[in-house]
Amino acid sequence: MSTKPTNVEEIKKELIAKMPTKVARKRAKSILPGTEMGEPIPEIQSNVRTIPGIITQRGCTYAGCKGVVLGPSRDIVNLTHGPIGCGFYSWLTRRNQTEAGPDGENFIPYSFSTDMTEHDIVFGGEKKLRAAIQEAYDTFHPKAISIFSTCPVGLIGDDIHAVARTMQEELGITIFANSCEGYKGVSQSAGHHIANNQIMKHVIGTDDTTPIEGKFKVNMLGEYNIGGDAFEIERILEKCGFTLVATFSGNSTVQDFRVAHNADLNTVMCHRSLNYVAEMMETKFGIPWIKVNFIGAEASAKSLRRMAAYFEDQELIDRVEAVIAEELVAVNKVVDEIKPRTEGKTAMLFVGGSRAHHYQELFKELGMKILGAGYEFAHRDDYEGRHVLPSIKVDADSRNIEELEILPDPERFKPRKTEAQMAKLNEQGVDFKGYEGMIEGMGKEAMVIDDINHYETEKLLEIYKPDIFCAGIKEKYIVQKMGIPLKQLHNYDMGGPYAGFNGAINWYRDIDRMVNTKVWNLIKAPWQSTGPELEATYVA
Amino acid sequence: MALLRHTTGEIKERSALTVNPAKTCQPVGAMYAALGVKGCFPHSHGSQGCCAYHRSALTRHYKEPVVAGTSSFTEGSSVFGGQSNLITAIDNIFTLYDPAVIAIHTTCLSETIGDDLRQISQKAIDDGKVPDGKHIIYASTPSYVGTHVTGYANMVKGILKGFVKKTGTPNGKLNIIPGFCEPSDMAEMRRLASMMGIDITMVPDTNGVLNGPLTGHYEMYPNAGATPAEIATMGDSIATIGLGRWATTEAVNYLDSEFKVPGKVLPLPIGLKATDAFVDMMRRLTGKDVPDSINFERGQVVDILSDYSQYFYGKKVAMAGDPDQLLALVEFCITLGMIPAYTVTGTPGKYFEERMTELLKDVPYDCKFKCGGEADMFLLHQWVKNDPVDLLIGNTYMKYIARDEDIPLIRHGFPILDRVGHQYFPTVGYSGAMRLMEKFLEALLNRLDRDAPETRFELQL
Repeated sequence: MSTKPTNVEEIKKELIAKMPTKVARKRAKSILPGTEMGEPIPEIQSNVRTIPGIITQRGCTYAGCKGVVLGPSRDIVNLTHGPIGCGFYSWLTRRNQTEAGPDGENFIPYSFSTDMTEHDIVFGGEKKLRAAIQEAYDTFHPKAISIFSTCPVGLIGDDIHAVARTMQEELGITIFANSCEGYKGVSQSAGHHIANNQIMKHVIGTDDTTPIEGKFKVNMLGEYNIGGDAFEIERILEKCGFTLVATFSGNSTVQDFRVAHNADLNTVMCHRSLNYVAEMMETKFGIPWIKVNFIGAEASAKSLRRMAAYFEDQELIDRVEAVIAEELVAVNKVVDEIKPRTEGKTAMLFVGGSRAHHYQELFKELGMKILGAGYEFAHRDDYEGRHVLPSIKVDADSRNIEELEILPDPERFKPRKTEAQMAKLNEQGVDFKGYEGMIEGMGKEAMVIDDINHYETEKLLEIYKPDIFCAGIKEKYIVQKMGIPLKQLHNYDMGGPYAGFNGAINWYRDIDRMVNTKVWNLIKAPWQSTGPELEATYVA
Repeated sequence: MALLRHTTGEIKERSALTVNPAKTCQPVGAMYAALGVKGCFPHSHGSQGCCAYHRSALTRHYKEPVVAGTSSFTEGSSVFGGQSNLITAIDNIFTLYDPAVIAIHTTCLSETIGDDLRQISQKAIDDGKVPDGKHIIYASTPSYVGTHVTGYANMVKGILKGFVKKTGTPNGKLNIIPGFCEPSDMAEMRRLASMMGIDITMVPDTNGVLNGPLTGHYEMYPNAGATPAEIATMGDSIATIGLGRWATTEAVNYLDSEFKVPGKVLPLPIGLKATDAFVDMMRRLTGKDVPDSINFERGQVVDILSDYSQYFYGKKVAMAGDPDQLLALVEFCITLGMIPAYTVTGTPGKYFEERMTELLKDVPYDCKFKCGGEADMFLLHQWVKNDPVDLLIGNTYMKYIARDEDIPLIRHGFPILDRVGHQYFPTVGYSGAMRLMEKFLEALLNRLDRDAPETRFELQL
């Protein structure tokens, strides 16, 4: 095995050497080495504008709002207001799975668009939007309709919120709009924030009459049920005795959102996409939140323990321990089988705004080493931890995203724990509102790169030649042409679930297959081999 | 329960809501066309999402690397114009990715704010951002006009405008503008021309670009596609054949009006008659004879058709897709004795209605078809619910209808997300016709086998 370069600073110089000066200067601030556990974490530049022409992994605000956060809610008609493309591309491409049940509603397989044409751009699209809402109502009778604006809508000034209000009054169902034009903000992240604001304003906590039974009520935030992850998490939570009130937003319903304020604990999976709702619900209803991670068997166990500790109920704590012990039997059996084949192999992950962190756990369980990781649309707190929040400068692009003024609800604010209880739990490691970020503990040999571009990716692959690379569909075949397997962490290549204990097992098997498959040895034909030619042939 | 459980047979008039579209937007077609030029780097002038979506859509369909740049508009660029973003992008692209050509297309955002690509490109040249011997070409592709097919057509014309010259010395070549079709289809068109001994220039040509080999090396610019030098000579050609009315008319007319290269627009050569028309037009334009090798292949198509027509005859088909593809498929289905009962395309165009009416005039069935706004897969599904068909033809999104209604699906068109083959095996030409018949027959007979009672479970045709 060849030795991998370990000097991050040298490699960084190589990455930016060919770039125009201004570009190199900017990119240098987004590339740094990881840190050892307990070391101070340096500042990384993130959530800044993408450099034009650079071949980015990033998408847009609409993609974050409709595609990521609100898209997976199954009984809301998600109506894209714009030309046909945006609605078309966000149609079923994220593999958000749903189980609507025998009588349930499920609009996930549908794509709804106002399909704006030149006439609408010139004369305004409000009339068409109104008509489309009416037609959606007449044809589908949904409980709720959510509207998403695309780039030209913002420019021509359609007041989608006014249309939503009027139509809500006329039709008597929940209708709300998201001004998530693609150009707002610098990445998908802006769209997450916009979606968070709108569900908070229009849906969360709007039903006080439906009783929610259950002793240990939790919400799962930032889990989108890609490849059935949420199903596995639901299975485990139920087995442990938790009551899952709402998942934001994998396999979710508008009713789940309406009663979500009944939960006593919010757990946050994807910190980047849903931390706003967690914060706002704490302020408004008094629900504390903790960061969890259900990617990785050990991580799942740790998260379950923290959730149980929060409720301070011995029976629950015991049951969680029993479930963990039971589930780990199967997990360990597979790890024992596979680890000898994966131990020491190397991986890189450049994806998402939490996944590049979460999936490191799974690789570690297989004894694999992380050579580099980074996020596509994260902010500094996702890298450095939430303690840096006060020091994050709000720039013009972020300022364009509305910050909701949230106050404690005069009637419904109810602290779940006393301050003393919170402090005690904090000491015991429940760690409210805490997220240490990705960089901590990655080690000095690992590279951390924010908003990696194609050029840097290609260079890194040449230098490190990792055994596996994790990114998305746009990167997949580029990397594989180089003879390196790529695992998609956005949509899992039809695989999954990877969350929870069964998910971990699925992951181990998939990674074993990917790093040990024979296919990469077949690239050269016998006559292309560089070895010595046979000089003579024996003829009988 | 059904996947599309909210789709009922009750058809209500819609005027504003599109559900499950049978089309997408212009830039993805422009990006695809640009990839058919050697050394070309497509660039999307707008906000990031467009480029990300288009790259993803093309990558998912072709299962090959698709790189492209974006001007990465934020709110500021949307207000003040995208010139500075585009010039920065051009500089960065030539510096880091060293293409021979950058092919820029607009989006609904840059079109709405009125960015002028010609002016910005000129400024980039004046500012010294375009290295010697390198090129910028462009096309206007607002997403709120037409569809991905229009975008393809616009970029093909943009490519020609960027390179074609006339020297006055005839080059003896034939120009072929393939419609929006697979790399394998482009290769097949070339093979037919080559069997006739005709020297062609094909633009775009994605064969080898979007169905390339695995070598252990990533080539951003595969050794394939039409070269700028080749494209430049198209003004000296004998004639141009465009295959597909929506996708190629612009380009064919451009070569005719600007360079006096006469042009003919034919249907995509899918099926027997459309392939005959293509071969015959090549013969007439070049004066070359049709060789026996082509007559042999054609004869094989007729042979299969006669042997198996009993299984095709009277079978009802519902299909969704692009108009160029659909018109040829409808004609082929009729040739096979099938009934193209329901057809929708989101791409508008009066000719679709005229041609469909003409094609269907002797079909003994009340066939329905629709194009443009609200001609979507939701409507197609409703039609099928009211009157089931034997076969569905369309892209991957049709698999939901196929499962719900328990009807076999032939994947055809764009995008095919969940299968391979389309990149490698043509559906055009005589060999394509054979492949389509094989697929149709396979689907119909598999279904027959599945449903047959034990007493009628047959071993032979």
